[in-house]
Amino acid sequence: MQVGLPFLVGILLAAGIYLLLSRALIRMVLGVVLVSNGIILLIFVAGRLTSSVPPILPSGTSISAAVANPLSQAFILTAIVIGFALFAFLAVLVMRAYQSFDADNSDHMRLSEPAGAPRPPLEY
Amino acid sequence: MTEHATPLADWLVIVPVIAALAGAALLLALRRFVWIQHYGCGVVLAGILAGDWLLLQRVLGSGPVAMTMGKWLPPFGISFVADAMGAGFALVAALVAFGAWLSMLATVPQAAVRRGLYSLVLLLMAGVNGAVLTGDLFNLYVWFEVMLVGAFGLIALAGNPLQLDGAIKYGVINLIGTALFLLALGLFYGLVGALNMAGIIGAARSANPAVLSSIVLLLVFALGLKAAVFPLGAWLPASYHTPPAPISALVGAVVTKVGIYALLRVVVMLLPDASSTIAPVFTALSVATMIFGPLAALSETGLRRSTGFMLIGGVGVAISCLARPGETAISGGIAYMIQAALGLSALYLLTGVIEQMLAPRGPESSRGLYTNRPVLSLLWLAMLLSMSGMPPFLGFWPKLLLLQGFLEAGDWLLVFAILANALLTLIAGARLWTRVAWGPSAPLGPVRGYGGAILLAGTTLLLGVAPELLIQVSRIAGAGLVQSGPYVAAVGLAP
Repeated sequence: MQVGLPFLVGILLAAGIYLLLSRALIRMVLGVVLVSNGIILLIFVAGRLTSSVPPILPSGTSISAAVANPLSQAFILTAIVIGFALFAFLAVLVMRAYQSFDADNSDHMRLSEPAGAPRPPLEY
Repeated sequence: MTEHATPLADWLVIVPVIAALAGAALLLALRRFVWIQHYGCGVVLAGILAGDWLLLQRVLGSGPVAMTMGKWLPPFGISFVADAMGAGFALVAALVAFGAWLSMLATVPQAAVRRGLYSLVLLLMAGVNGAVLTGDLFNLYVWFEVMLVGAFGLIALAGNPLQLDGAIKYGVINLIGTALFLLALGLFYGLVGALNMAGIIGAARSANPAVLSSIVLLLVFALGLKAAVFPLGAWLPASYHTPPAPISALVGAVVTKVGIYALLRVVVMLLPDASSTIAPVFTALSVATMIFGPLAALSETGLRRSTGFMLIGGVGVAISCLARPGETAISGGIAYMIQAALGLSALYLLTGVIEQMLAPRGPESSRGLYTNRPVLSLLWLAMLLSMSGMPPFLGFWPKLLLLQGFLEAGDWLLVFAILANALLTLIAGARLWTRVAWGPSAPLGPVRGYGGAILLAGTTLLLGVAPELLIQVSRIAGAGLVQSGPYVAAVGLAP
């Protein structure tokens, strides 16, 4: 497992980045989701995979090597919650954008940076 | 080791964060009552301001203050630590938010208030205060997210196509930045085994330097995205000018600065060994940013878009200290960050006032501001000159500190780049001012919502003629970053 998971992380990140390079907004949002899921897996692996002994110890004993790392699991839980909230927000934003202008092609999203903006005068 | 309960006075460290979060929740519950929203937000912001002021006083008097919540002790538990840099930055952010609130009071429509404008402002402030006061790298990520949620909401609040466009560009690129930050944190945790900042300082010494530098580069990439460093900053001028001016001021002056804050904190304090390895990267990035920003500002006619490019130039100046991380240069970088937060927010607010006055005629044909409103236009000119670093104004002093640091290190490239940035920003600002202010008088719209602009511009002018406080705070903050011993001791670990 420890060997296989990094490859899975790589595949998820590569697929996510490929989707991010797309012009369609919805694919970009899906790309963000894939990237963040890949990263969540990576944190899981970075915490070292061990057997499934929970890290609950009787008082007075110290941690042995055979318990799972609770810290990385706490990180993952936080990251999943935050990632999901932001994904939901972004999905709504993209839907609103799709309704009010052609946001399926990001080349057309020039409202905030109009292509024909006036140039500054050369003399005063 | 921290064994005893946290003393009551040390709880001050989290007071600003709790006040902001509680205020945001309360205002959300009371969102139908517009007047409570208006003044409640001001009361909470004043409370945050007071808390940050007390915290800074305490930190300047007796060194860093730390508290660790729960019985998870450092290096595992999450600590909150206020040092001079964090407390100073939190104070300036609170002042900027207060100024932005004064200006929102007069200009923002009631519909925006009902949609939760002030809750989002307080949420953003909770994120900013949390990010600069936390002593844990993963917790920094969480506060970054809280801040971004506030900023996303504020930019997209009115929901017209222009703002949706800006919010999407801002949102997608910042989510990618956050994901990369998280990626770097995961790798970092795997390598070092600690994310508590005080714990990292000790643990990172024994890490493999080659692996560590590549992870730091990833961190720099992620934080550089958020700080709008040159090749990564194209989202900033695409989004910061779309919301109403007070929101631009709040987001533009505070959020990118938190990115710079995190860069300084991570590179200088946590990983001093890796920072010398990657210093050339910062030389390249900062020189490119310093030159690109004002050059792009020169080619812009939109007032707030042009200001956004000047902001990018300022980011280059602020991170230039990372290329030569000596104590003087770092102090200069911190002072610049504080100065830029004040000056830029004043500039954005003034620009907003001016844009409203010019609105009937469109900014392209706008002339004659000086004949109609001499004081306002001169105040705007003063802020533009302060941005470029002209002597009687606040922008001059941080650049002086930076130049002193680079001259001590003998780095002529950076000296030249800072001077070139000052000159180009001066030209860009002067051209902007000339275009709007000179020329024959013409009818203008009414002046509205200038209270916040007066507060922030006044503070900038006052600190410009009496810069001792700023310089003293940033020197203490710079020393605290370079010599991390007191910080580690305050958290309760052996330095």
